[in-house]
Amino acid sequence: MLGHVAIRLLQALVVMLVMSMLVFVGVYAIGNPIDVLIGPDVSQELRLQTIARYGLDRPLWEQYFTFLGRVLHGDFGRSFVFGMPVMELILSRLPATLELTLAAVFGAALIGIPAGIYAGYRPDSVAAKLIMTVSILGFSVPTFWIGLVLIMAFAVELQWLPAGGRGETVSLFGVQWSFLTANGLSHLLLPALNLALFKLALMTRLARAGTRETMLTDTVKFARAAGLSEWTVLRRHVLRLIAIPLVTVFGLEFASTLAFAVVTETIFSWPGIGKLIIDSIQSLDRPVMVAYLMLVAFVFITINFLVDLAYVGLDPRLRKGGAR
Amino acid sequence: MSEASPVARFWAEFRESKVAVAALAVVVLMIGLALLAPLVAPQDPYDLANLSLSDARRPPGFVGSGGYTHWLGTDAQGRDLLSAILYGLRISLQMGLVAGALAFTLGVALGIGAAYAGGRREAFIMRVIDLQLAFPAILLALVLSAMLGQGKLQLIAALAAAQYAYFARTAHGAASAERGKDYVEAVLSTPLPPMRVVWRHIFPNCLPPLIVVATVQVASAIALEATLSFLGVGLPVTEPSLGMLISNGFQYMLSGRYWISIYPGIALIVLIVAINLVGDRIRDQVNPRLKR
Repeated sequence: MLGHVAIRLLQALVVMLVMSMLVFVGVYAIGNPIDVLIGPDVSQELRLQTIARYGLDRPLWEQYFTFLGRVLHGDFGRSFVFGMPVMELILSRLPATLELTLAAVFGAALIGIPAGIYAGYRPDSVAAKLIMTVSILGFSVPTFWIGLVLIMAFAVELQWLPAGGRGETVSLFGVQWSFLTANGLSHLLLPALNLALFKLALMTRLARAGTRETMLTDTVKFARAAGLSEWTVLRRHVLRLIAIPLVTVFGLEFASTLAFAVVTETIFSWPGIGKLIIDSIQSLDRPVMVAYLMLVAFVFITINFLVDLAYVGLDPRLRKGGAR
Repeated sequence: MSEASPVARFWAEFRESKVAVAALAVVVLMIGLALLAPLVAPQDPYDLANLSLSDARRPPGFVGSGGYTHWLGTDAQGRDLLSAILYGLRISLQMGLVAGALAFTLGVALGIGAAYAGGRREAFIMRVIDLQLAFPAILLALVLSAMLGQGKLQLIAALAAAQYAYFARTAHGAASAERGKDYVEAVLSTPLPPMRVVWRHIFPNCLPPLIVVATVQVASAIALEATLSFLGVGLPVTEPSLGMLISNGFQYMLSGRYWISIYPGIALIVLIVAINLVGDRIRDQVNPRLKR
């Protein structure tokens, strides 16, 4: 089992290194960053000086290693637009995104999994059909459009909830959080719901598909024949068997929620890193783009690694196979 | 019964689901409307001579200076929204289908190629594809369209690059299963060229799962394009897709002029849901675990 973990860890490191190369080449080597840094009317001498100062006259591989060395020290340079270190900028925006993402993913799992198991357990009931119809909608309807409808319904027409922003925040461990104040919570509700709907549909469908297939297997037939109650069959056998795909999706979806947060944050003017990356793409703020991409890659690779570890814990076949 | 062609048998089974048939009818209708947009739309929404600012932002049912009723209202430039939606549908469908076809070709070539090649090459290709699948398509498309810049071709490239991996994985799975079967071994032992074996024997047997993926991916390409255009990193303003129409109406929503955003959105959703329902039905039909 330790060997398995070590191999996965090594793979993760290699992937991270490859990602850093791709990001570097993609963002820095395509187009000419010098045109963003200085105006076209500066003298040729100053232009060459600036190029030399940023090391842009060096060969690409040398630039890459300089870049990598700085990244390893947590230095992503300064934002062209905000004029502050990128790391500081991202760290100041991260809690808002984290708060939104966690609220969405946990909300989706807590509602979606029970709903899906029910729909798979009683596939012909009216409630199951209703659940599936709603889940198809949640799956198909683009996030940004649901966001618009939520704003229209709850903020413009009913005026129950605010249409954007983070509301009041409270400082905890030196970080600002919205979910600890009533006002902040009311600001969090709509964006979190918006972000959760896609995951909710996905979890429901996965749980349903898994339950439907598992209910037809011999495992369930034997468990019933042994006289176990339906509740025990569902909890001890069905849930255990469908847990593996669900954990995978939960982990991966947590990471992809970070990506979808870009959309939700833009609609609800939620000041997280998703809004930051859209703004920086539009203003060609390259250091911020690089830092964001590296951060997302890091989060993804870490989560993939953790999901792999969770497999080993959940699936007795893998555990035995690795222990030999 | 046994003489019926596979397509006829497939259709007979497909027809059992009324919802799926209705969804298919909606998809066909919308494609028809998009193709015939210049003939069925009340006005050419991008001919400036037809537009009058006095008609701008009028609610549904308003009779404008053109003398006809704007059933879905007008947008900020006084454009008939129904016409704008029909023209937008054209662009959205075009993007989804072209990007989907490109992703299909690239993904299937890589997936079947890897399964056929085997060994290290297979391991390498599939490792790269698994790696890409770990990242959500929207993020890849966002980053790519940011790097490539705005434009129709750039966006098609970004969408295809973000989606081909789904086809590659499905094609690889199906092709590996076929590769191990006796009939493939048998054809391979004949002097037929390998390309012919792949094209005539392996590829057709991989089609059912690929068709399912294709429906889902075309729908999601349409949704992705709309999302990127909404965020302002997708199509240029000269290509007003449904996403662009929704984005244009967003600023008027807070003042209660809902129709500019909502109706293009409904058109988009009806299209995506209908495609997904058709895909769902095909998925159930090709899933051997649900066979009665």
